Amino acid sequence: MTEMVYGAAPVRAGDPVLPRWWRTIDKFSMAGILGLFGLGMLLGLAASPPLAERNGLDPFYYVTRQAMFGGLAIAIMFVTSMMTPLLIRRLAVLAFLASFIALAMLPFFGTDFGKGATRWYSLGFASFQPSEFLKPVFVVLCAWLMAAGQEVGGPPGRMWSFIVAVLVAGLLVIQPDFGQACLVLFSWGVMYFVSGASMVLIFSIFGLVVGAGIVAYNSSEHFARRIDGFLAAEVDPTTQIGYATNAIREGGFFGVGVGEGQVKWSLPDAHTDFIIAVAAEEYGLVLVLAIIALFLFVTLRSLFRLTKERDPFIRLAGTGLACAFGVQAMINMGVAVRLLPAKGMTLPFVSNGGSSVLAAGLAVGMLLAFTRTRPQGGMSDIFGRGR
Amino acid sequence: MIRQPLRPLTRILQARAKGESTEAIERENRRHRHEEMREKMRGRAALRLKFLAFCFFAAFSAIGGQMAVLASSDAEEPTIQSAEGPAPILSDRADIVDRNGRVLATNMETYSLYAQPQQMIDPHFAADELARIFPELDHERLVADFTGDRRFLWIRRQISPEQMQQVHDIGDPGLLFGPRQMRLYPNGSLAAHILGGSSYGREGVSSAEVIGVAGVERYFDARLRDPYQQDPLELSLDLTVQAVMEEVLGSGMVLMNAKGASGIIMDVYTGEIVAMASLPDFDPNDRPALPTSGSPADSPLFNRSLQGVYELGSVFKAFTAAAALDAGLVNPNTIINTEGPLTWGRFRISDSHRMDPSMPVSEVIAESSNVGTARIAQMLGIERQKAFLDSLGMLEPTQVEMAEAPTGRPQFPENWSELSMMTISYGHGLAVSPLHLAAGYATIANGGTRIVPTLLRQDGPQVGERIISRQTSDQIRSILRGVVSHGTASLAEVPGYNVGGKTGTAEKPIETGGGYYSDKVIATFSGIFPANDPRYVIIISLDEPVETSGPQPRRTAGWTAVPVAAEVIRRTAPLMGLRPAVERWAPESIHQASQ
Repeated sequence: MTEMVYGAAPVRAGDPVLPRWWRTIDKFSMAGILGLFGLGMLLGLAASPPLAERNGLDPFYYVTRQAMFGGLAIAIMFVTSMMTPLLIRRLAVLAFLASFIALAMLPFFGTDFGKGATRWYSLGFASFQPSEFLKPVFVVLCAWLMAAGQEVGGPPGRMWSFIVAVLVAGLLVIQPDFGQACLVLFSWGVMYFVSGASMVLIFSIFGLVVGAGIVAYNSSEHFARRIDGFLAAEVDPTTQIGYATNAIREGGFFGVGVGEGQVKWSLPDAHTDFIIAVAAEEYGLVLVLAIIALFLFVTLRSLFRLTKERDPFIRLAGTGLACAFGVQAMINMGVAVRLLPAKGMTLPFVSNGGSSVLAAGLAVGMLLAFTRTRPQGGMSDIFGRGR
Repeated sequence: MIRQPLRPLTRILQARAKGESTEAIERENRRHRHEEMREKMRGRAALRLKFLAFCFFAAFSAIGGQMAVLASSDAEEPTIQSAEGPAPILSDRADIVDRNGRVLATNMETYSLYAQPQQMIDPHFAADELARIFPELDHERLVADFTGDRRFLWIRRQISPEQMQQVHDIGDPGLLFGPRQMRLYPNGSLAAHILGGSSYGREGVSSAEVIGVAGVERYFDARLRDPYQQDPLELSLDLTVQAVMEEVLGSGMVLMNAKGASGIIMDVYTGEIVAMASLPDFDPNDRPALPTSGSPADSPLFNRSLQGVYELGSVFKAFTAAAALDAGLVNPNTIINTEGPLTWGRFRISDSHRMDPSMPVSEVIAESSNVGTARIAQMLGIERQKAFLDSLGMLEPTQVEMAEAPTGRPQFPENWSELSMMTISYGHGLAVSPLHLAAGYATIANGGTRIVPTLLRQDGPQVGERIISRQTSDQIRSILRGVVSHGTASLAEVPGYNVGGKTGTAEKPIETGGGYYSDKVIATFSGIFPANDPRYVIIISLDEPVETSGPQPRRTAGWTAVPVAAEVIRRTAPLMGLRPAVERWAPESIHQASQ
């Protein structure tokens, strides 16, 4: 009767969003990511004033800017991580179409900022790099295609995803941006590997990548010069790598002290590609190891959580995102210690820069969404634990 | 879904039997199969994800490890490493010392100055200051280099400490110093030809190779640069004897108006070269460039003692006599017909001054009779003469430890004719270096065993092949003593040292060929001392000397080379520890007080 008089109490379909989010989100990974963002802000305080000074701006111009973009990125991360995998998939596919078109239009409307590669759209107040946004949504699209291909009677999703990957990589190579192209191919390869590729195929792909590298070395001067610089026994100390290596040496175990670093004055990319060198010089090996540990922690924890995932789409998408995140960090730091050839690649969340940090927020948000605890049909799900 | 039917088809059959739709059951079965497939794939994916995780762990550990390695290594100045090969540049070079351990060549730490214009704060100021400190630098050029896009340039290869301080005071971080080992010859031009000199080889910022360019430095280059053999190289030279030799030879050259001179003192038993000089000389600290014009033999760089091959004249008569004596053809008292001129075809051999028509062999040598010597050579014959000279090493370059040794190749006629035999018997037609002569005299004077000259300190006498008998050697020594005591080399008499020797005055051949100059000679004295128990052989050779104190200009060796040799012996013999053989002084008039 009560219902008939007062109307039914509104029934909610499922749990309220926030409590369920809080209950199922991977809080440790999220803490790690926030920690990385905090370190990025801290290093931005050290690394960006020289740049601001060169550009005749307020010393902390880039810091406030980073805080603004970083705040936005955190917000994007939170919102994205609250979405359901289905919603993410739908939005990501749309976003992929949009960013793919943006990428394809770069040769006509993009700018190269005098760096020899047309990668950016200049929006006046900020620059926008479509490939940064393309990466995470590309991963989601490929995961969708591959997962669909695994279904009985599904479409040939792997082949389709491969075609997409080659197209994207091709567009990136045109810019030229071999780093991102490699990253895209790598993400696809990892997903393909996890989706159950035959070992024979993996090895042939590996061979193909090596072959492509040789072709790139022989055909592109840009690429060849970087490789040559890496292979040369003696590092020319007046290159960025030379400065970075020296900065790490200067820093030692505990750094030269906050604000005492010199390398940020010499390196044009101190606040982005070589921020780890600034960290090493001012705060020493301790902070560098902490950063490495955080990246490793986030990547490994995500991968281990995904081993329990039943849904192939979620598993593949999560794998792709986690590996792209980890590999980008790995390449960035590997370059600074000369384990890898010089390659312009930002350190996710730590490096300063507008579209880079926003895209990182988006990617990590999706990763957190995919690693949320879900019922996996195990006994613990049936008895109601872990929801 | 807890209960799994044992046989899936059973339920369908039952449903069909009841006439129910089998749709739901089939869908459920499909769902089961799907679940199973997913579970299987999850298992495989879990394995692969763990593999990925392991890869990431390994990669990040490697990066962390490399970070730690870098962080624990020392920082370097940002300097440009040289673009040379991977072999490290070793700048160490062993010292060279004389037989008593006195330093002949050593190293000094200096610095080179280079610039990295990219690092410069104020290139114009730096260029101004550098041009002030080093006036020889071109100011415009410096400014152009510093403001251009050059990344590296050498400014000076060596700078003094004072200059270094001045450059340091400019205070520009783009001006940098690289350590350098500078090869230093503290005795200046002393023994210049023997030491040779050195220069920089491969050069890097942090070091440069010092390589020998001539003489001992070049011959022993590998030994001196060997990092595992950094003990000094001990030469046979005696620095004081060398100094006396060069001083006396230099004065003699001036007094006798010669254009060049060379002198050698060599141990007759060990072959050690105690002193070897060639004038004019140079300073190996600042080795002059090779001459581009004129005869290379007139350059200060030319080592007359070793590289210069000359027809040395009558000094060769001693070898002819030794060969004939040893062959038993003559003895010192055999009378030789010295009546001249001796004609052979259209050639006439005559003597420079009038002498008896026949003399014993010893007098033939003492009076230096060309005719007499040629007659002895006729007794000897071509084959024996050639074999004898060859056994003395007169037909091959010397084996001495200097880079230039192979260039001192003796010259002799290809067709060793009867006439050649006769002229060679008194030292014409065969051109050898003074060092050849020294080795030959050492061999015939030391008792007859072959001596090979050496520049390294020896521990004992050489045991060479026997060339002539001891008896012949004794006879030759007494003949040579006679030349000094009452022959052409009487000015070589040094009281107490019993000098023996032979003079040689050879007219110089005209360079363009065809005959000899009448007013240009090579005057040589080749001696041994003490003649009764020889220890050293001395060669003094003057190029185009002319002694003008008398009414007639005198060019013969007896008036030019011999007095110089006597002075060298007078001064050096005591230095080499030779005791003068003085007459026993028996003071008869002194009696002991007790008697």
